[in-house]
Amino acid sequence: MRLLTHNMLSSNIKGVINGFPLGIVVEKVIEKPVEMNPDFLKNMFAKIEWKALVDASRSMGYTELPEQADSSMLDSVDFLQRFHHALLELHLEEGALVCPETGRKFPVNKGIPNMLLHEDEV
Amino acid sequence: MWYLCVFYHRLLDYRRPEVESLARMFGAFDSEDGGGAEHLEWRIPEHHHPDSPFHFVDLPSEDVARDVANRSILVKGIYELWGEADSYEELEDAIKNYPDERKLPYLTSESTFRITVDSFGKVISFQEQNERIQSLTYIPFKGRVNLRNPEHKFWLMETDDYGANNGLPPVVKKRIFFGREVGSADRKLLPTYQLKSRTYLGPTAMDAEMAFLMANQAMVKPGKLVYDPFVGTGSILIAAAHFGAMTMGADIDIRVVRDGRGPDCNVWSNFKQYGLPMPIGLLRADNNLPPWRPGLKEVFDAIICDPPYGVRAGGRKSGGRKLLKGVVGPYTVPDDKRTDHIPSTAAYSLVECVHDLLDIAAKMLILNGRLVFFYPVLREDESAENHFPEHPCFILVSSSEQILSSRYSRVLLTMVKRGPYTKEIEEAARLKHLEFKENHLKWMEDGNLHSAVFSPGESVCVAEGDTKVSKETKPKYRGKYV
Repeated sequence: MRLLTHNMLSSNIKGVINGFPLGIVVEKVIEKPVEMNPDFLKNMFAKIEWKALVDASRSMGYTELPEQADSSMLDSVDFLQRFHHALLELHLEEGALVCPETGRKFPVNKGIPNMLLHEDEV
Repeated sequence: MWYLCVFYHRLLDYRRPEVESLARMFGAFDSEDGGGAEHLEWRIPEHHHPDSPFHFVDLPSEDVARDVANRSILVKGIYELWGEADSYEELEDAIKNYPDERKLPYLTSESTFRITVDSFGKVISFQEQNERIQSLTYIPFKGRVNLRNPEHKFWLMETDDYGANNGLPPVVKKRIFFGREVGSADRKLLPTYQLKSRTYLGPTAMDAEMAFLMANQAMVKPGKLVYDPFVGTGSILIAAAHFGAMTMGADIDIRVVRDGRGPDCNVWSNFKQYGLPMPIGLLRADNNLPPWRPGLKEVFDAIICDPPYGVRAGGRKSGGRKLLKGVVGPYTVPDDKRTDHIPSTAAYSLVECVHDLLDIAAKMLILNGRLVFFYPVLREDESAENHFPEHPCFILVSSSEQILSSRYSRVLLTMVKRGPYTKEIEEAARLKHLEFKENHLKWMEDGNLHSAVFSPGESVCVAEGDTKVSKETKPKYRGKYV
């Protein structure tokens, strides 16, 4: 699971109001190089919850993202590379996503988050 | 400018929409203001039926025509027409009358060229082909012939006037076309991506040709983000990735997306097989209760999918035993079993599935983003033809039918998002969602196709007179089957 996916997901258990951002339990992180596409990154930047991305990348062991970011920084190649690395190259291969409200764990195995709810959570 | 557009004789309903989508993608329409569903201008040759492979299309420039043809799947070629006629004598006049300034730049002595003779609905022997080429001496070709890799490709195409015209209504008159090729489809893609050589397949994997057509309808190009909520083995996203898109997919069946059939036979390995970039994200999620964070909207450039409509594979949604309230008591998972609990799922009716799909697409697509999906139609039901799903955010761009059996067919719907996802639309969708949940069993009966497709036919003998009349009014040719 890349952090782009993490940034889009929330816990949708019935009754949960603040299901975002999901906490990350790390068992195994791998890095997969991806070709950088600056236009795609600039496009995605507007949709990203920055703080959630920073926190998520830290819990995956990557600390190079600035605390704050705004769109003027997209002109910097250095910033784009860090953003690219955090968003698309870090993978949570094994671990779990944790609902911030209930503590319910959504398992991540073989890089696939399992977001399906139990019968009594619907 | 008008071009001759010759199609492969396949998927007839899909041909013009493909050209129109690609023309839009390559900038044939000035702006998005026209509603996203403007059409190109088309003509068909005299005496030809609309299902004929020969069409004329008005495109703004040769560059657009070339880009459209080269990217397409169903365009055999787009040609600058130098002449058309009913006989070879008339053809000579027509070509001679075509302005020299259009012809001479392609006939210069330093260029290379090739002439191909082609026919529709008949076979021309090698000797006859040569005779036809020799008869073109009135065109002042100065260049050298190069059969392998010429700069300019000329085509001489003819149709005959006999009755059994590949299953089409007969063409009344023989017609001959001569033109210069501007571009043509790269059908070599299809053997490369054919399903029979793909490692990981499911029972409803989308065949390569159709997947590419869907990607073209969605105007997929590099850097776009494409989502398939029913990703399965990834067959639709593979086509999108081939055209350079970033892909994302979800499926409710975790065995399909996570495990496949082992380490070298799964969704990832399918992308690897073709050297395509891996999907950006694959997850297990329920289209009925999507886990997208609140406030997330307008992220996908296109959503392309083949929803489970319950004929070959039935849809599932979460809830399972809980929805069978009254049959089994409301189900609670005991605390000690929660970690490894495998939630049961409930059947998902087509109507609800399509409702959810439109709602998600309305929210998650960017403005002018496209939703491309298959929708099943019962063929007996004449009135159903114009009853495609609707949504206030979307307008229908095209609908293309593919007949699957005498009972039902599937229609590829292409929609474009034209309006914002407002609070009111969101609230209406929420209420409808609850309605589906409350009346689960009712919707399972009313909202599904399976029984209509597989139930025994109505007794024919009672109203034989009537059915005969109604059947004969339908055109009886292979048309949409090919």
